[in-house]
Amino acid sequence: MLKGLIGKKVGMTQLFDDAGAALPVTLIEAGPCYVTQVRNPEKNGYSAVQLGFGEVNPKRLTGGQLGHLKVTELPPLRFLREFRTKDELNVGDKLTVELFAVGERVDVIGTSKGKGFQGAMKRHGFKGGPITHGQSDRQRAPGSRGAGTTPGRVYKGARGPGHMGRERVTSQGLKIVLVDTERNLIGVNGAVPGPKGGLVMIKEARKQ
Amino acid sequence: MTDLLKAVEAEVNPNIPELRPGDTVSVHVRIKEGDRERIQEFKGVVIRKRNSGNNANFTVRRTASNGIGVERTFLMRSPRIDKVVVERHSHVRRAQLYFMRERTGKSARLKQKFD
Repeated sequence: MLKGLIGKKVGMTQLFDDAGAALPVTLIEAGPCYVTQVRNPEKNGYSAVQLGFGEVNPKRLTGGQLGHLKVTELPPLRFLREFRTKDELNVGDKLTVELFAVGERVDVIGTSKGKGFQGAMKRHGFKGGPITHGQSDRQRAPGSRGAGTTPGRVYKGARGPGHMGRERVTSQGLKIVLVDTERNLIGVNGAVPGPKGGLVMIKEARKQ
Repeated sequence: MTDLLKAVEAEVNPNIPELRPGDTVSVHVRIKEGDRERIQEFKGVVIRKRNSGNNANFTVRRTASNGIGVERTFLMRSPRIDKVVVERHSHVRRAQLYFMRERTGKSARLKQKFD
């Protein structure tokens, strides 16, 4: 069975383990997700399933989105995401947090918080310039980005200031410490990318 | 949203009475040594309390041998705390008693408050 869910980050808290140690825990409201489409090698060239999450008022969706879900009379779902899997699943299958058990490890994928246009120190960990020796206005400067007369230009992709955050980030190998089937909650040990309320995808850990 | 966070909170430890800054307390902590469990006592003055629901904590300061100050912060809901005994209340005019860190010996005394 595919181990994947779409969810919403609720926030962080502290929980105690059996030994009484406090753990930092991120809560995720995950599922129920429905299989909205199945992709197979014959038709699409690869196998995957599309999952939908988040029931909404049908007025919130466009006609095209509703039509896509209407084929199998699924509830109106706001978010659709694809998961690569070779497992046999049918359109309409319901996935819940019961897929996961306490102690298992998962990868959580989200969109990190946007930081805006940031300097090279914050964005790439550059050291900045010297503080003393008569230097002025150089403390957070990136310094030289390229070589000399040869090549006479800065190579593309050189690190420098620019937009930071709001990109896809994966937190790998987080341990599940809580599964609440009643409230569709999963608690993982550690932090998860994105703001509270942000959309996250939970998958079985790639590196076990 | 916050309701979901509240739903998984740890239970309140019933063996911790209401604490106030300046209280002299004895914290009984469960300590696991291999497969044996014993209780260690940590006695000192509550110099700070942080009320934040599930993550609430308090800090106890005591003076160890040679006048070296030792501070330890406990989580209010930690299952590791066996019990807390309040031995006396003190008259203090601040919520955080950080000034105690600069004081030793006679000047580190607090006036007892009876109620």
